[in-house]
Amino acid sequence: MHVFTYILLGFLVVCAVSVSLSKNLLNSILIYMSYSLIMSIIWILLESPDLAITEAAVGAGITSILFFVTLKKIHAMMKSEDDENEEEKDE
Amino acid sequence: MSRKVSDQEYKKTRSYRMKQWFDGSKDLFLDELEMKPQKEFTEDHRTVRQREEEKRRLFERVYDIKHNPEITVFNKIYRLFCVCFCIFLVIMLLTAVSNLPTTGHADNPVNNEVSRRYIENGLQETGSVNIVTGMILDYRAFDTLGESHVLFIATCTVLILLRNDRKKGKNSIADMEENDRIHEPKNDVILQTAARILVPPIVIFGIYVILCGHLGPGGGFSGGAVIGAGLILYLNAFGFAKTERFFKASTYKKLSFGALACYALSKCYSFYTGANHIESVIPLGTPGAILSSGLILLLNICVGIVVAGTMYTFYVMFRKGGY
Repeated sequence: MHVFTYILLGFLVVCAVSVSLSKNLLNSILIYMSYSLIMSIIWILLESPDLAITEAAVGAGITSILFFVTLKKIHAMMKSEDDENEEEKDE
Repeated sequence: MSRKVSDQEYKKTRSYRMKQWFDGSKDLFLDELEMKPQKEFTEDHRTVRQREEEKRRLFERVYDIKHNPEITVFNKIYRLFCVCFCIFLVIMLLTAVSNLPTTGHADNPVNNEVSRRYIENGLQETGSVNIVTGMILDYRAFDTLGESHVLFIATCTVLILLRNDRKKGKNSIADMEENDRIHEPKNDVILQTAARILVPPIVIFGIYVILCGHLGPGGGFSGGAVIGAGLILYLNAFGFAKTERFFKASTYKKLSFGALACYALSKCYSFYTGANHIESVIPLGTPGAILSSGLILLLNICVGIVVAGTMYTFYVMFRKGGY
């Protein structure tokens, strides 16, 4: 069990670093979601299921949805180049 | 240099970039991120003189130093006092930090009679099997009232910032695009089928978490967040037209006002009886039953309603700025 905890903690650090280093904002949010999910598992291992439920619902669910909507509003969610090429072909 | 690869090859590798980053010899974000070049701040002579003139005249007008010479003395004392106060603050904070107890020591002030009482008498005094809920909704119910109000104020702020107050007369495409209505509903078969299957269990699980907050893990906040997430999924799948049948701005107003008022009133009662040493009428019930632990169940429901409404309102406001 200890090994599992250490793996999760290491993953947490990796996630936290890669959120700030990733240049695509969408990727950052996805990594942040996985960070919250891992954090909720760690809360369960620390024997506080109350916090685990809250973390899973708020951190991984609603916060990231709000981030997505914000990205869409500020037009930061770009289409990938393949999609654009396909659209040009259709025209 | 005993490298196997040539210098040019080496400069392409990640370790070289890492080394650059550590040395600080090259900013890795330069030329990668979009940045505006900084302009050098220049001012012509006339504006500088004008600004100084204005500053001087304003100073004379406001303080009128010729007639009030004590102001210069006050200014000097004020500056001296500022410096002294800053030094005092720094010294105080540093001493406080250096005198903090070591983490995890048995004699720490954290391990006092309060936490012992929560653990030993929590079940008898609050009647809640889940000690955490007993703590946050009985011993520290005032804190939780403040937290619910923080959520309510956050919603008010989002309303002020993001609300669309334009009249609904013109229904131009640009307007609808801006309101995000044109994408609604998407009639995505996969999303709608998944939502039809998933939304009822999500909402029921949220209600279960709220209602069993005093028996097991959970409580108003987590259950409310789960219900809010379920509502958001439903909205995403079926569009605003369907959700507006049961959740409008007036619904949110009534729900959150009712929940907060109910919370405050019921807690007023228990504070009154507690302060005056009157026996409370509300029975604690048998621990473990669903209708037990006095007011905690009611307070959990109130908090859950406020949180669910807040989450849903956040999403709607972000999406199109208005119900």
